[in-house]
Amino acid sequence: MLNNLEPITKMGLIVLAVLVIASTVVATLSRIKPQKDYSELASRVWAWWIMAAIFFAIIVAPARISLVFFVFLSFWAMKEYVNLLKTRAADHGSLILTFLAIPIQYFWIALSPPWYGMFIIFIPVYMFLFLPVRLVLSKETTGFVASASQIQWGLMAFVFGLSHLAFLLTMPAPAGSLASGRTLVLFVVFVVEMSDVLQYVWGKTLGRHKIIPTVSPNKTWEGFIGGIASAILLSLLIRFLTPFSIGETILVSFLITVAGFCGGAVMSAVKRDFGVKDFGSVIPGHGGMLDRVDSLCYAAPIFFHYVRFYHY
Amino acid sequence: MESDQIPESGVTTKMPPMNESGQASKRPLTIGNLVQMIFFALVIRPFLALFIGLRVSGRAHLPESGSFILIANHSSHLDTVSLLSLFPLNRLRRIRPVAAADYFDRNKIISVLSRTLFNILPIVRKHITAENNPIRQMRAALEAGDSLIIFPEGTRGSGEEMGEFRSGVAHLLEKMPEACVVPAYLINMGRSLPKGEFIPVPFFCEIRLGKPLKIQGNRREITALLETAVRELKDAVI
Repeated sequence: MLNNLEPITKMGLIVLAVLVIASTVVATLSRIKPQKDYSELASRVWAWWIMAAIFFAIIVAPARISLVFFVFLSFWAMKEYVNLLKTRAADHGSLILTFLAIPIQYFWIALSPPWYGMFIIFIPVYMFLFLPVRLVLSKETTGFVASASQIQWGLMAFVFGLSHLAFLLTMPAPAGSLASGRTLVLFVVFVVEMSDVLQYVWGKTLGRHKIIPTVSPNKTWEGFIGGIASAILLSLLIRFLTPFSIGETILVSFLITVAGFCGGAVMSAVKRDFGVKDFGSVIPGHGGMLDRVDSLCYAAPIFFHYVRFYHY
Repeated sequence: MESDQIPESGVTTKMPPMNESGQASKRPLTIGNLVQMIFFALVIRPFLALFIGLRVSGRAHLPESGSFILIANHSSHLDTVSLLSLFPLNRLRRIRPVAAADYFDRNKIISVLSRTLFNILPIVRKHITAENNPIRQMRAALEAGDSLIIFPEGTRGSGEEMGEFRSGVAHLLEKMPEACVVPAYLINMGRSLPKGEFIPVPFFCEIRLGKPLKIQGNRREITALLETAVRELKDAVI
């Protein structure tokens, strides 16, 4: 237990340093250019402080408390998504089941590891088969396929995808390593979130060539390459959280940052389709919960299955 | 239609002064009031904040003391609960949602629960006599310093489309032209918990409150003004 705490404390200090640097940069910017308004940026950095504090509390908390947090995270993400759907009155019953599936999915994690099989098939198999049956019971066929697909898609992305982080959290130390499930969660979340921020910073400063202008005009090749490259460099600094060699760290970080980019792009397309800028407004300067975890929905399962396959 | 059923004779002539100071809320707490406060603190408020994600805009328009009439569109049982949650716990016992007696008194358990937990002011919708005249009851509550929550559509609508307002509030305002009316528009409540369903789906719900109004005129004018006030909140960009 004690040698598990050590890398987490070290990581805490690194995150603290990053946040102090970010706050200093914002304070300096607003002093150098008082004519420009940095309040949006300042509230964004302030939100990062809060999110980092909550996240570290979750990482060191007992597993059950961490799981409750992840239930709430998935619940709120799913809620933001469902709120934007054009639901029919006939969907009421299956939507109740959808939200009920969230605590059940995390319940399998609480029972893990022997319940890994149930964790990995509950939503892709059982919910997938059963939700349309519930829709059939509502006896409304107009819009049936749309409802069944939209609901299942949300469950896969925001409940199934994010729950991989929680399963990872409960995993023991990989053979012959100081790392643990908790440190691996810290690693993937830090690298993916830093990649998001750095892609934004590189894109804002140097971005010229748009990647997908019709979906997300802010995503540029300069931001993509600069952000991913610098996130990979940062990931080498926190290699102590993982059982990876230097080469493997670079490979894994490349995988998860690209997956994170794809997640962000997919959720941008979803927002475009719904005609909204953000999924919500719970996090000042960031938008909704989904706007913050969109890349993790993609990166978490990719990272999880890589680690589980090669290190357990 | 409804106006023909309400006898004019039963209205009292002596009018106690309107309670403006809010001091009348020093009415002693009953056990029922305490149960309601605990229920709102431990169940309703966490439910609305964490499950429904209730958003409120224009909260400053709610008078901080004194009696007033809160009117809103009606599509769900969540409507009353959400509007009651706007008030501090120690003020809850002075807020009376006006509710149909035939619905809430349909059995003993619902009757007791709705009176205790939601402090409803039950009114009859049919067979109105001088004794059970709803306008008199509402007026008496306002004069005693209580505030009312009224859904002028008279019943829960089936969709998000607001129904036509009935003339009850106008009858009341005719007798009490000095009364203050606060319009509210409720969003998504009927999507979360529609008529006939018992388990809510956590769609984000919203309350939009408008400026307090003092309205004068004949019944038709008043009713039209109230309906416009609520509709304007629907279309407002916030």
